[in-house]
Amino acid sequence: MDDFRALKDKIAIVGVGNTAYGSFPETDDYGLGAEAFRRAVADCGIERDKIDGLLVCRVPYYARMGQILGLNPRWTITLPPHGRMSAMGIIEAAAALHAGLCDYAALIYTNIGRSRRVNYGGDESPGFWDPWGMTSPGAAHAMMFRRHMALYGTTTRQLAEVSVAFREHAILHPDAVMKKPITIEDHENARPICEPLRLLDYCLINDGAVCIIMTTRERARDLRKRPVLISGFGAREAYTESSIANFDLNFWYDEAQDMARQAYGMAGVGPGDVDAFMCYDNFSPTVLFALEGLGFCGRGESGPFVEGGTLKLGGKLPTNTDGGHLSNSYMQGWALNVEAVRQVRGECGERQVPGAEVVQFAAVTPCCRTIIYTPG
Amino acid sequence: MSATTTPAAAKPLPTIDPVSKGFWDLANRGRLSVQRCDDCGHRHYPGAPVCPRCLSKDQSWEPVSGRATLLSWVRFHRAYWEGFAPEIPYAVILVQLEEGPLMISNLVGARAEDVPIGAPLEVVFERATDQINLPKFRPLQG
Repeated sequence: MDDFRALKDKIAIVGVGNTAYGSFPETDDYGLGAEAFRRAVADCGIERDKIDGLLVCRVPYYARMGQILGLNPRWTITLPPHGRMSAMGIIEAAAALHAGLCDYAALIYTNIGRSRRVNYGGDESPGFWDPWGMTSPGAAHAMMFRRHMALYGTTTRQLAEVSVAFREHAILHPDAVMKKPITIEDHENARPICEPLRLLDYCLINDGAVCIIMTTRERARDLRKRPVLISGFGAREAYTESSIANFDLNFWYDEAQDMARQAYGMAGVGPGDVDAFMCYDNFSPTVLFALEGLGFCGRGESGPFVEGGTLKLGGKLPTNTDGGHLSNSYMQGWALNVEAVRQVRGECGERQVPGAEVVQFAAVTPCCRTIIYTPG
Repeated sequence: MSATTTPAAAKPLPTIDPVSKGFWDLANRGRLSVQRCDDCGHRHYPGAPVCPRCLSKDQSWEPVSGRATLLSWVRFHRAYWEGFAPEIPYAVILVQLEEGPLMISNLVGARAEDVPIGAPLEVVFERATDQINLPKFRPLQG
């Protein structure tokens, strides 16, 4: 293989599964992972013993996961518990499947952060700038958003459009955690956490697990459901300012542009062809940064772009139709990839985007990744 | 643990290691510095074991002007450390030094909302411990 673009339409997602989302202190990471795996296996009807690839993310120990699931694969990868790993993992699995390192890969993500009371700041995640009181990924996004406001005139009311749209979607999603309708005023009046961000700009912290089963397009034909193909992907990291975790002075614009060029070029589509967009949303500002970086709107224009319900079902660019991290579940990108698959399959019920054929996932973070899904 | 035997909750302190020691030595003398590569002249902060541009291991801490530009700021309403609890809500600023590198710090002598993004600042030092003199910034005087 001379170029990653040769992977276009070669690899399929064939099975997806997720647990309920919420607070489950009665179980653990492995219990959640096992449930998501059972559901993904049932979703595609694969014989468990055919699975010979295992990728785990935020699972404490891959081997114990394998033991519990009765798997002794010939390909294993474990990824750190960072939000930016989901599409990275899916792309790695695609490459491994294409290379023949495994024939069927199960990707399992678990999170029991709610029951463990994870808080993503302070001594739990020491950083270089702690002595000045700077900590937490939310603060980094607040720092970027204040700069976006100063450079482009973006407002917190525009930012509220993101949270309000995703909450509307979550209300239509049976598994979603947050079901109470919110308005722009609710967003503006919410408790400040790290100004200019408020509570409704922050993702949830909840327990749950997701499993994705992947194989080659040829093998996918023998499974239960119509495969969803990986038609394009792109990648670029931004490590230059990494002493400030989760931060980029230019909103990851250049990196997102780079990954967009890769993915759109590979898939042969452009932003105007995207029927539904699944955007990593640990904090609402990153959705605005993604819209600009991927070219859905011009640089600095994401504020006006999202006004008036652009991101809602029925809007110009239905985004995070499952409610995203802000209102569905904090599955660190994995559930958004599952939602992309379900949209392409037409399985989303009330929140289905009619005729969705090109569905894009993107994470605009220090590791920018995007994947374009289409029907097989 | 009781209030009478527990010292006042402390704030986190910088880690002094072989790379950063030069920075804190200069800070103790009231000088702000960045790491400068002896081979290619690249200036960067925080310090690193090799120059991120040319990978040279020969680097020095070079005093800088102390002047900077305010790029952004946030205000914490949550204390992730007990030591910051009495100061809530407190502001954290992002500045760019005249010489290029970015720094996170705190604003002294003004409220953040009264200082426009892009305003010129200058370094001041606030002693945290006998070993640590923390650089902070205030609006450029005069």
